[in-house]
Amino acid sequence: MHEAAIAEELISVAQTELTRSGAHGRVLRLELTVGRLSGVSPEALRFAFERLAPGTVVAGACLEIAEPKALCRCRPCGKQTGTDDVFGGCPACGSADVTIEGGRELLLQSIEVED
Amino acid sequence: MKIIAVQKLLAANAQIAHEVRASLDRAGVYAINVLGAPGAGKTALLEALIPVLSQRLPVAVIEGDQATARDAERIRALGVPVVQINTGQGCHLDARMVSAAVAELDLRAIRLLFIENVGNLICTAEFDLGEHLRLGVLSVPEGDDKIAKYPTMFSCLDALALNKTDLLPHLEFDVTRVASELRRLRRTTKVFRVSARDGAGIAGLAKWLAARAAR
Repeated sequence: MHEAAIAEELISVAQTELTRSGAHGRVLRLELTVGRLSGVSPEALRFAFERLAPGTVVAGACLEIAEPKALCRCRPCGKQTGTDDVFGGCPACGSADVTIEGGRELLLQSIEVED
Repeated sequence: MKIIAVQKLLAANAQIAHEVRASLDRAGVYAINVLGAPGAGKTALLEALIPVLSQRLPVAVIEGDQATARDAERIRALGVPVVQINTGQGCHLDARMVSAAVAELDLRAIRLLFIENVGNLICTAEFDLGEHLRLGVLSVPEGDDKIAKYPTMFSCLDALALNKTDLLPHLEFDVTRVASELRRLRRTTKVFRVSARDGAGIAGLAKWLAARAAR
């Protein structure tokens, strides 16, 4: 359950960003990017966040989680594609010679605060 | 009002890992993060490698487990310095734990540091410990389908030791499937067929690791 540790860090990063921005309103929403290859379960992260957020600056905020697919680059044809099957090869030319270029993201993108 | 943050989570871990790596670099110590499932033979592999490697390079080991000092005791029997980390409820080592363990070692006296991670094929992959190389251990009885089932883990490895190859005649296990699926995840990952039990392939892996540490 390392999602609990990640939720703790999310809350502390959000706190730092809020202090830096000087915003005082209620936090409505946190936008996250959790890549499909990041190894983090969005459901478990949400569960941990809901239990850890009360009493902090992000209490009551909702999490909006984007889950980008793994991004593969085909070496022979050069095409970059998002895929759920990193073993499926290149959807454009069928080559198995693909390199993973994305899908590991774990980011807090933005914080929406009540005006 | 929307505040654009774009902050990496796990940045605190990455920062500490960076500091650990810098202090190891200053001391000329090469660190290897050893990852794999419980029972893959991570400790047994170290028991086989260390007598070969320590003839040329002074070795130390950091052992990570949820509980007990059993692995540390096995390593200590080889006569090399060892620090045990018990993670309690934690399912992986993180850079903070490794930083504390490194502080217990006399870095001037060692050249090669093995960090044996907690047996786990999921979260261990996400945490940079300040290592220079990631060595995975997959054993034949686990099955040849594990690369595809745990892509986050197997795509982060510099090398894979396929262990317990002495059992290949007794089990259905397709070595070429493992090699080809691993190549699809990361084409540069080296595969070594070894048996910690009978010593097969250990000299080759030890030689490759020593060469990497010397670079």
